Amino acid sequence: MAVKDYLRERFFPHLWCPGCGHGEVLGGLIRAIERLGLRKNDIVMVSGIGCSSRIVGYVDFHTMHTIHGRALAFATGVKLARPELTLIVPMGDGDALAIGGNHFIHAARRNIDLTAIVMNNRIYGMTGGQFSPLSGVNVSATTAPFRTIDKSFDIVELSRAAGATFVARSTTYHAQHLSEVIEKAIRHKGFSVVEVLTQCPTYFGRKNRIGDAPEMVKWLKDHTTPVGSKAKQENPALIERGVFVDLEAPEYCEEYGRLVERAMGGRR
Amino acid sequence: MERCRLVFSGSGGQGVITAAIILAEAAVLHEGLNAVQSQSYGAEARGGATRSDVIIADTPIYYPKVLQPNVLVCLTQEAYNKFSGIIRPGGLLLTDSRYVKTQRKVDALQRELPMYRSVLETIGKPIVFNICMLGALLSLTDLVRPESILKVLESRVPADFLEMNRKALELGMRLGESARV
Amino acid sequence: MGKTVRFVQGNEACVEGALYAGLNFYAGYPITPSTEIAELLSLKLPQRGGKFIQMEDEIASLCAIIGASLTGCKVMTATSGPGFSLMQEALGYAVMAEIPCVIVDVQRGGPSTGIPTHVSQGDVNQARWGTHGDHAIITLTASNHQDVFAITVEAFNLSETYRTPVILLFDEVVAHMREKLVLPEPGELHTVERLKTAVKEGVDYHPYLPREDGRLPMSDFGGVHRYNVTGLVHDMWGFPSTEPRVVHGLLRHLVDKIENRAHELARFKEFHLDDADIVLIAYGSSARSALHLVEERRRRGERLGLLELQTLWPFPADVVRTRCSRARAVVVVEMNMGQLLPSVKLAVERPDRVFLANRIDGVFITPADIHNILRIIQGKGV
Repeated sequence: MAVKDYLRERFFPHLWCPGCGHGEVLGGLIRAIERLGLRKNDIVMVSGIGCSSRIVGYVDFHTMHTIHGRALAFATGVKLARPELTLIVPMGDGDALAIGGNHFIHAARRNIDLTAIVMNNRIYGMTGGQFSPLSGVNVSATTAPFRTIDKSFDIVELSRAAGATFVARSTTYHAQHLSEVIEKAIRHKGFSVVEVLTQCPTYFGRKNRIGDAPEMVKWLKDHTTPVGSKAKQENPALIERGVFVDLEAPEYCEEYGRLVERAMGGRR
Repeated sequence: MERCRLVFSGSGGQGVITAAIILAEAAVLHEGLNAVQSQSYGAEARGGATRSDVIIADTPIYYPKVLQPNVLVCLTQEAYNKFSGIIRPGGLLLTDSRYVKTQRKVDALQRELPMYRSVLETIGKPIVFNICMLGALLSLTDLVRPESILKVLESRVPADFLEMNRKALELGMRLGESARV
Repeated sequence: MGKTVRFVQGNEACVEGALYAGLNFYAGYPITPSTEIAELLSLKLPQRGGKFIQMEDEIASLCAIIGASLTGCKVMTATSGPGFSLMQEALGYAVMAEIPCVIVDVQRGGPSTGIPTHVSQGDVNQARWGTHGDHAIITLTASNHQDVFAITVEAFNLSETYRTPVILLFDEVVAHMREKLVLPEPGELHTVERLKTAVKEGVDYHPYLPREDGRLPMSDFGGVHRYNVTGLVHDMWGFPSTEPRVVHGLLRHLVDKIENRAHELARFKEFHLDDADIVLIAYGSSARSALHLVEERRRRGERLGLLELQTLWPFPADVVRTRCSRARAVVVVEMNMGQLLPSVKLAVERPDRVFLANRIDGVFITPADIHNILRIIQGKGV
């Protein structure tokens, strides 16, 4: 199937700003699904609220655009009800880890077979550029006129500690790699997290004088390095990208199936 | 039958609520009567004052709480002090002689029975204290038949513990019989 | 063979009713006095191949059942006031996206943590107005276990019929007390199954285009029709729209599908209303105290009657008006500060003759409490 067969073309052009990284995530995701050969009827994409969440409007799957921060909770209901479906949950950094932080860690703890894609642009874009729990310190935002003092989460470490069994990080500069890790994450049985470092030139870039979209993408190239690389040893400030966690562990819906067998005493 | 309103009181963990449920369930499932059981408790799972209300009647029961019991059972001093004043004139007040020291006369038939001590001496397990109390109550009131209580116990109690419960019920019935007027 | 008779708590009657109606997915978070519902379903649903999940909070619980409902499951969650407060945003989502689900709120004293183990009916207005924005909602209640069973079945039926969340508003007294429940045989009570679209694969399916009769056939997630579900104002395909005509049409549809059917959604019971010159209006456990008083005073020849409401929202104004038209006085019995009282006053011809008999101290209202109010109304003093 051609890539554009997965899209709802009548809704283009999309609402994202020129230079926004979310379109690249959409592209990487669609190409991953194409390589996986998944049927459109078998895919459910559930999102919350924010710029990133609008991604569900553009894909020709079963789509659910829900409320802020709760996408993983809705997705948990869909998945447990119909474990044979493939669940993909795109979220923004604030959506996933501020208002949705509790659902995020609990979905990871259950190791339920959902693929969480956290599009981390370190800012609340839809509301006009407020800092998020991923902004980090010394960042300018419309709610941080004196720059931020809030430390940020490390999504990889948080996911690992909460029990996610597949954790990866990529960037919008590394489009090929991004699509590959999304493919691996969807293929993985269990809760998988892909953090995508992406750019918001309209708010984060402008507010923090990083430059326009190409410069922000170049920043991602220059400030990241493959996991375990020598460059990281020489320059600890570099952000690692790659697959950090890839474990086999009991998956929630499969375990629930076994629980039902026990409860029914073999009567199934 | 006359509508019977009972209050079982004691402390959390003594099984007063369980005893109330067993009695009411026996009336409904095995005697064809109406019964309503309710309870009030604090946040404590153990200790604290516990109270359970039961109404048994052969007519419909709407208001489910008991304001003035015909039968009041108090298994702790605290419960006795709190509730002995609400008993209906001419009713029955049953207390355990180890846990409750009665202080004043109420306008009711007052029976202090060594239920806890007998259970410990005869059976050795305080867990069936509440069933012994039920047995005593059956002898004193003729509310439901002992067989009905046994049927409920059979459906609720693990097989290994059934004999112990049966013994406790019979023990209570003997204590009650001896105190009958 | 005789019918199965059980001696159970109200919460268990609700569970049995839900299973009878076809509940096969439950998500919840423990909270007094609703917890027995979750405990029983954690046992009973897996035993019949259904799904039970304990979520991280009440927000997630409602979200999870909404997701499961979209795959074709019959779903429910249960909570009490604090959890019901947390659910309000997701409740609005289910209203907006028209997703069938049943939410049980076993009320306790509030606001805030309140008195968890004591009775109250303080969530009546929250059930109606809790989520933001103009909307309509169905809220049902019952006063005894046989009715709790039946009204729970009804909640699922109305939820499926009108594609809407339905709130079951029980209270601590009915939830925790035990009494007889005669389990209806399969087929004895009517159950409504989900209306699914007959539109074939490849033909344009409109998830939000009502049929002639106003109903919206659904298509399960995972099925042949891929569509969008959103809490944004949306068009007939489920895609966001800010077109004024679409916005107006959707809001009217969401409100009218329920408010215009207030009469047919009215579930209620009447006791001695034919010649009553004083009508008590009560619901939930308060109706038990009211009925106790009515039967007692009837034996003394007093012309007292009871209208027990089982549908609280949409408010059954026609029923209240006609049943109260001959009454010298109408007394609304509630365990709150008069949450249904204004609706009764609006419904009747003589609002000056409507009085409140209430109790807000965590103690279950007694027949004597109500009788005292009657004496005051009658000028007899207490």
